[in-house]
Amino acid sequence: MNILCVQNLCKTYASGFGALKNVSLDIHQGEIFALLGPNGAGKTTLINTVCGIVKPSSGQVSVGGHDIIKDYRRTREMIGLVPQELSTDAFETVWDTVNFSRGVFGRAPNREYLEKILKELSLWDKRSSKIMTLSGGMKRRVMIAKALSHEPQVLFLDEPTAGVDVELRRNMWEQVRRLKNAGVTIILTTHYIDEAEEMADRIGVINKGEIIVTEKKTDLMKKLGRKQLILDLKDVLKTVPQQLGRWALTLNSDGTQLIYTYDSLKEDNGIARLLADLSNAGISYRDIHTNQSSLEEIFIQLVHAK
Amino acid sequence: MNTYAVMSIYHFEMARFFRTLGQSIASPVISTSLYFIVFGSAIGSRITEIDGITYGQFIVPGLIMLSVLQESISNASFGIYFPKYNGTIYEILSAPVSALEILLGYVGAAATKSVILGLLILATAACLVPLQIKHPFLMFFFLVLMAVTFSAFGFIIGVWADGFEKLQIIPLLIVTPLIFLGGSFYSISMLPPVWQKVSLFNPVVYLISGFRWSFYEHSDVTLAISTAMVFFFLFVCVFTVQWMLSTGYRLKN
Repeated sequence: MNILCVQNLCKTYASGFGALKNVSLDIHQGEIFALLGPNGAGKTTLINTVCGIVKPSSGQVSVGGHDIIKDYRRTREMIGLVPQELSTDAFETVWDTVNFSRGVFGRAPNREYLEKILKELSLWDKRSSKIMTLSGGMKRRVMIAKALSHEPQVLFLDEPTAGVDVELRRNMWEQVRRLKNAGVTIILTTHYIDEAEEMADRIGVINKGEIIVTEKKTDLMKKLGRKQLILDLKDVLKTVPQQLGRWALTLNSDGTQLIYTYDSLKEDNGIARLLADLSNAGISYRDIHTNQSSLEEIFIQLVHAK
Repeated sequence: MNTYAVMSIYHFEMARFFRTLGQSIASPVISTSLYFIVFGSAIGSRITEIDGITYGQFIVPGLIMLSVLQESISNASFGIYFPKYNGTIYEILSAPVSALEILLGYVGAAATKSVILGLLILATAACLVPLQIKHPFLMFFFLVLMAVTFSAFGFIIGVWADGFEKLQIIPLLIVTPLIFLGGSFYSISMLPPVWQKVSLFNPVVYLISGFRWSFYEHSDVTLAISTAMVFFFLFVCVFTVQWMLSTGYRLKN
């Protein structure tokens, strides 16, 4: 079931810049969807349009079956947003700011729930501290606490781990997984491809305001992922022998490894014949291992292909 | 109606007021006391009574209005401009709140602060001059109405402004001169006939006149016209705010 449907969404700013060009996208309930794209691709504009911060030029967006314009109260109640910028009220305390967020989204005060959120985000001890006294990582967690304060069903995380240390990133990933397990749909934009690779169920790639691809992460990696067979040689080679010329092999810089790149989706990937040819050529190897393209390589491949 | 949202915005704004109590209350009360000393005692002692009212008494409604109008504009404009400036406006824009609810929260808080301030100035004035209020309920009604109206006006300025300079420009260059020339410190009838007519184009004349009538039953224009003018100005401001919020003027891209 789709919880978010975007149909033919266009956004052209007053300057004439087309930030979104006929974007259509469906997000399934309960999934983690990673939206990848280079700077200025339209990720934040898309999120801000769904949340009501940016006015769409044309197209339709519905959340939980409700139109974001006609039925904005219903849709906005369902959405939580962690924006890219660390926009906080510096003079407010952590406790006051999460209470404010809950109230603004139309929810009655609930001390127990907010206490739980702050404890999960390791902010409970800082509840009486003014936001201006917190570190950047803590401020980022405050932003997440604010977004979760009204118990949203859909959570937008616009580069949530930008500028936070490795440990905190891991903690945030854990928090995101807990939310997913609790049934929250998560839409994540990130520059850290490993983050998407680690967490996402599906991946969308946006570039120059257009969605290039939306696929299950595993399918995307299978479809576009090149595999490499790496042979650790017993004897160092100076060049690839001529009789192996048809395999387009590459030799590493110190001549200790032969690398064969193949399409993992092809039924006949040629590995068996390659190994036979190596044997015929008298080349012995100590070990064989394979390597698959990372999501980062796939992303670069997709963006540059466009 | 999202009452939780209205109350959250209202409490948030009031908390800012109480955090900066010195700036919010002490500063206008001290400057008003200085006005009383300079205009009421030093200069006022040389001015004859106006329709049986001493000059010190005469300027009390004008001084209250001066502070209430300035503070209403300042509080409401800053209240909406600051979230725009620091980026926290995203939360209001993405929340399930209507234009009316945003207006009630911000303008309600700004007006409350101004009414508190107006009553404090009234209390200060009562310590300095013998004060009489012939129609206290009407006085309070005018005070609230004026605070709400000018808070709505301040809200418009806060939405319109895209820099701190613009935030100050209308209050400094337009509103303050209109208040000073609107009969805060004198009766319009004291002016030459031509300037009396020119003064009638100043909307603040009607506001101060109505407010002064509630104190002394003395006014430059009739109470009915004063009341109608305040309601007209309130309507224009509320309509403008509604338009700004519903179109996202200078709030949404």
